[in-house]
This record gives sequence, C-alpha cells and structure tokens, in this order.
Amino acid sequence: MDNARLIELVRSVAGTVEEVKNTTPLSLSIDASALILVCEQLHKNPETYFDMLTCVNGVDNGPEANTMEVIYQLYSIPFNHSLMLKVILPRENPEIESVTSIWKSADWLEREVFDMFGIVFKNHPDLRRILMPADWNGYPLRKDYKHEETYRGIKID
Amino acid sequence: MKETQYIFSPDNLVASEPNKFDASKLKSEEMIINLGPQHPSTHGVLRLEVLSDGEIIKDVVPHIGYLHRCFEKHAESLPFNQIIPFVDRMDYLAAMNSEHAYAMGVERMLGITNQIPKRVEYIRVLVAELNRIASHLIAVGTFGLDLGAFTPFFWIMRDREHILRLLEWASGARMLYNYIWVGGLFYDLPVGFEQRCREFITYFKPKVIELEQLLVDNKIFIDRTANIGVLPLNLAINSGATGPMLRGSGLRFDLRKVDGYSVYPELDFDIPIGEGKMGATGDCWDRTWVRVREIHESLHIMQQCIDQLEGEHKRTREFDPQTLVPKKIRPQAQEIYVRAENPKGELGFYFRTDGKSDIPFRCKVRACSFVNLSILPELCKGVLIADLIAILGSIDIVLGEVDR
Repeated sequence: MDNARLIELVRSVAGTVEEVKNTTPLSLSIDASALILVCEQLHKNPETYFDMLTCVNGVDNGPEANTMEVIYQLYSIPFNHSLMLKVILPRENPEIESVTSIWKSADWLEREVFDMFGIVFKNHPDLRRILMPADWNGYPLRKDYKHEETYRGIKID
Repeated sequence: MKETQYIFSPDNLVASEPNKFDASKLKSEEMIINLGPQHPSTHGVLRLEVLSDGEIIKDVVPHIGYLHRCFEKHAESLPFNQIIPFVDRMDYLAAMNSEHAYAMGVERMLGITNQIPKRVEYIRVLVAELNRIASHLIAVGTFGLDLGAFTPFFWIMRDREHILRLLEWASGARMLYNYIWVGGLFYDLPVGFEQRCREFITYFKPKVIELEQLLVDNKIFIDRTANIGVLPLNLAINSGATGPMLRGSGLRFDLRKVDGYSVYPELDFDIPIGEGKMGATGDCWDRTWVRVREIHESLHIMQQCIDQLEGEHKRTREFDPQTLVPKKIRPQAQEIYVRAENPKGELGFYFRTDGKSDIPFRCKVRACSFVNLSILPELCKGVLIADLIAILGSIDIVLGEVDR
C-alpha cells in the first residue's frame, strides 16, 4: 500500500491527519482521542495489517512548546512497510489510551514511557515504574527535570 | 577527604523495589519466591518475583532497572560521535553490532550512506559477524550452564577468547570497541588480520560441530528443553519478539535480508528457523538450535567478506577509513527510526534532531532484550521452577541492554 492510500485510510478513521515532514518512515500525526480506533483499524485491516508494534517512545518538547509526544513505530511483516504514528499531548497531566489490548508488546514499552515522562496510559493492566525505583521522584527524560540531592541517604552526582 | 557520600539512617534500609504481590493476601497454598538480583542464572542483575504453588509457577514478575544508567538522558547532552562508547555499553556482548546500527542511523541522517567505501562496509560486516558469533557462543554456553552442563561453557569461553583477541587486535579493546565510527572506521584492519581470520574459521568450524554434538544433540539437554517454553508464532509477533526468538517460532524473518542494509545484499547466507525437530515449534530447543545454525551462517558470511577484502577491495596505501568521518556532525532537522539485526533481535534507534545543534534532541533505543524479556511472564504460566531457568536462559538477555 502506498503512502497516499495509507493517509487516506487513517483519515477516514481519525478525521484529521497531519503528515509530519522530514521523517523516515512516513509519520502521521493524529488526535489522541482517535488513537485506539486508528490502531485497531491498522492492525485488522487486511490491506495494512500492522501486526507488530516495535517501539513506543515519548518526546518532551520542553516547557516553551508545552507539549509532549508519544510515537508508535508500527511494522507489517507480510507487506514490509513501516509507519510512525504520532500523538501530541499537553504537558500538564498527559493522558492517553493504552494499546495493550491490540499489541502485547505495548505493555513494557508504555511502562517505560510512563516511567521516563509521566505520561499516564489509561486501561494499562499494570502501570508501575519499570527502570527507576518505585519511590523515585520526578520523570528523568523531561527537559526540565532536576534530580534530587539524595536518594535514601545516598548522594546523587 | 571528600564529603560524605552516604548518610546512614535505619529508614533508608528499605527495599526500593517492593513486591507486586502482597504476602498477606495470598491463598494458603501460594508463596512468593524471590530470584535475584544476585543470582547466577539470571544472567546479570535481574530480579524475578515468582508466585508459586509448590513447584508450579502461577506468575512471574520481572523487576529490572538495577543497571539503569539512563543512556537516553546522556545522549541528549553529547555530540553524535561521542555517543558511540555509550552504545557499546548497552549490549556489551555484541558491541560491534550496536555500533554498526548506530553509525548506520547517523549516516542515514547525514545522507552519506551511499558514499561509504565498500572496503569499510566489508570490514564492518566482518567484525560484526565475529561479534555475533561471540554473542551466540555466550548465549548457548551459559544456557547449558543453567541446565547443569558445565563443559560446553569452558569450550565456548576458549573459542570466544580467539574472537576477542582478534577484535582486540583490530580495535585495541576486548569488549567495548568504539571501532565503527560515523562515516568510517577508527582504523584499517591490521596487516595479516584477514589471514588470521581464515585460520580462525578453519579452526572453529569443527569446534561448532563438536559443541553441537556435545550440547544441542545431548539427550539430557533435549529432555530439559524440548516442549518447554513454547512460544507460538502469533504470540511472538504480537509481543514484539525479534531475532532468534521470532525465528525459533518458525518465521523466516531477518532484517539483514528484509532491509538489506550495508553489504548484506551482496552476501550469500541462509536464515535458519525453528522446525520443531525435538518437540513443538518455538520451544527452548528450537531457539538454541537457531543460534547454533546462525554461527555457521556467520562463518559463511565472514568467509565471503575476507574473500572480498583480499580480492576486489584490497588494502592500499592510499586507503584511509577516516576520510569520510565528518568533523562536525550536524544533521538537518528530522525524525528517523533505524533498525538493524543484532544477535538478540531488532535493535532500533529513534533520533530527532533540530538542525541547530550537534547533539540529538531525542535519542531512543529500542532494545531487543527489553522487549524479548517482557514475554517471560507469558511463557512461564504453569511451568515448573526448573523450567523457568531454562526459559530465561533461552531468551538470551543482556541486562546492560534491558536497563540501558
């Protein structure tokens, strides 16, 4: 399926789609509310059949832009094509629907994004911190993150 | 005397990673067993919280992050060429492969992929395949060790030593090489390296067969691994398994063939898959067998690389592998996701650059061990505790990459 068809298909489900410039592979920015519908469609539709979610990553655009992004890397093994799906969220109380019901690989990948950026994934089966200790304060990969002086009596350099 | 690093207080002596299960809410027959983080068969600092009913496992919860160094945060403050040593330290058993993937990603951003000299590419593939063999040897050997087979571990360590010496000769380091640079290499291969590689292949080929006969075809080994930890193909794809995990489940999927990066399209090699020879397709035995077959394929690839390096792309006086290495790496503003086949699976790099600075705005690593490990709870429902060790060993994780 070529890119134009793919954009058309996503648009028919999501309503508004924006193509992000200068990306490899093709990147489409969609509304947060339409994420589950779009993902279900991309996963099930025999024309697209994105059967693999390879990566979920967050991006913090900084306090000036005041937005965060969640980016999903989809890949279809039978058709050998990739897609970057992007959702833009506000920086205060970012929340998004979890895609664990569609791809099981989203489980840990979303937990990592939650751990590093504080983005809450609704309906996630087990949303806990994964890499940082459970009682760590703050979200390390945010651009304005400042670590604490000590952690349990240990000085942090 | 420096100021105090640690202030003692009894309140600080609390587990920072609490159990997921509450001991007071368990049924009378259930109990929590803690494995790790300092347990030899967890291949590093991995802690498993096992909820069991006698010998039968009901649930496994991996607790990771003991080796977390926040590579991604470091990468946001370093120029592209200075990130390479950090990339080495993620998957420290296959540093060359990670470097190759990383260098490829940055080159693609700069748009110089097609200008890289063929000799550089062949050297890259040669050292990457050497490292792939070393990584697979560790995977197979330590897997045997987990199951009580002690001898194969010494054999693989003996043979791996030859590979490490070869790579040390080329790069100066045994495990963390910093050899593949963006746009080229640290240095050309030392004189006589190709010949020594040939000698190694001649020496090593019978040794792999020996290893196969001693370990993989062993009755005890088959009894411990066949039909254990069966990963069906649809689950493998849905949970993002890659590398020998996915191929063990019976899908002929290898990024070296699918994406055809570097000089892999010019090389002839097979993709071994699990065929369910000893039990169901996708069990622990299949995964190990795929790794051993891949060692043979890697040797075949190396042979072709050496032929090229001694034939068409011979070393010349004028050849300098650093000619294309950029003084300043400043890619245009863009987003890119690059992936490559590591010994353990698909290693992916996501970069975002703003075009105004020499450092990435965001650098995310899609670690294959991390995603492969996340399948463990799924595979371990209802198996015996001894089989948990077998399943964990067959996944082949490196905690440096899981935690980054």
